[in-house]
Amino acid sequence: MRVLAIASAGGHWVQLLRLLPAFEENEIVFVSTHKSFSQTVKNCPFYVIPDANRWNKLKLLKVCFCVLGLLYIIKPDVIITTGAAPGLMAVIAGRLLGAKTIWIDSIANVEKLSLSGRIALLFANRTYTQWPDLATSKIKYKGSVIG
Amino acid sequence: MIFLTTGTQEPFDRLVKAMDDLCPMLKGKNIVAQVANSAYKVRHMETYNFLEPEDFNRLFQDAELIVGHAGMGTIISALMNEKPLLIMPRLSRYGEHRNDHQLATAKAFDRLKYVRVAYEVKDLNLQLEHMIKGNLRSMHQLKNYASDELINSVRHYIHSLI
Repeated sequence: MRVLAIASAGGHWVQLLRLLPAFEENEIVFVSTHKSFSQTVKNCPFYVIPDANRWNKLKLLKVCFCVLGLLYIIKPDVIITTGAAPGLMAVIAGRLLGAKTIWIDSIANVEKLSLSGRIALLFANRTYTQWPDLATSKIKYKGSVIG
Repeated sequence: MIFLTTGTQEPFDRLVKAMDDLCPMLKGKNIVAQVANSAYKVRHMETYNFLEPEDFNRLFQDAELIVGHAGMGTIISALMNEKPLLIMPRLSRYGEHRNDHQLATAKAFDRLKYVRVAYEVKDLNLQLEHMIKGNLRSMHQLKNYASDELINSVRHYIHSLI
């Protein structure tokens, strides 16, 4: 299986790396929003994309094209992400292109799923929260990145 | 050395200024800070706009105490490195974030007693003093990876696709 593991720089990325044993036996391609993060996954292919949030529509569009281009090149079987906006785009585009998609909502979202997570819920094959109170029939809770 | 980090994206000048003001009172302790896009003119601290992961990790390991915003990168890095951590949440009413999810994060980790929290600038000094006097122990230890249950759930799902 070819797994695309994608997360924005900072806390999203730190959380993605803590999930590594879940998919490390597969062929992994990492994607993040800052080139220096390749230092943390030295033995795997790593691609950098621009960062964007929902307040900058032009940048969002640019990220969207980058993500689409990467999916076209990489052709992943599975996409796994801990957010944020670029991860959501990969989930939506990946689902439309036939990949299986996994959204793990950041542990920062204690009281409700992030906005990206609520959108991802409509597209992802699997959606996880990291807080038991947020679990529903469609949102799984199986512990968290901190145990 | 105290390491201050406000993440990699938005500025958090309320915390940067407060720590800069406190710096001369922390006898013999210097502060190194990652202060993304800050407009505040720092007087007493050694600052960087962005630290690459290798430099960030080295400073984290060298620090005796971490002070940061209530971002998950900061919280998880402190727990992984077994460093005592004091966090102050960004608040939307000061324009520091789009919403108050950092306040919810801070309260949740405060309840778990994994970190210390200064909810406002006025709490920083007291919390810092308390931590320095308390021998600077980490409040919680993490395993190397996420919970076995989460890892197994994701792994089994990927396996089921083959």
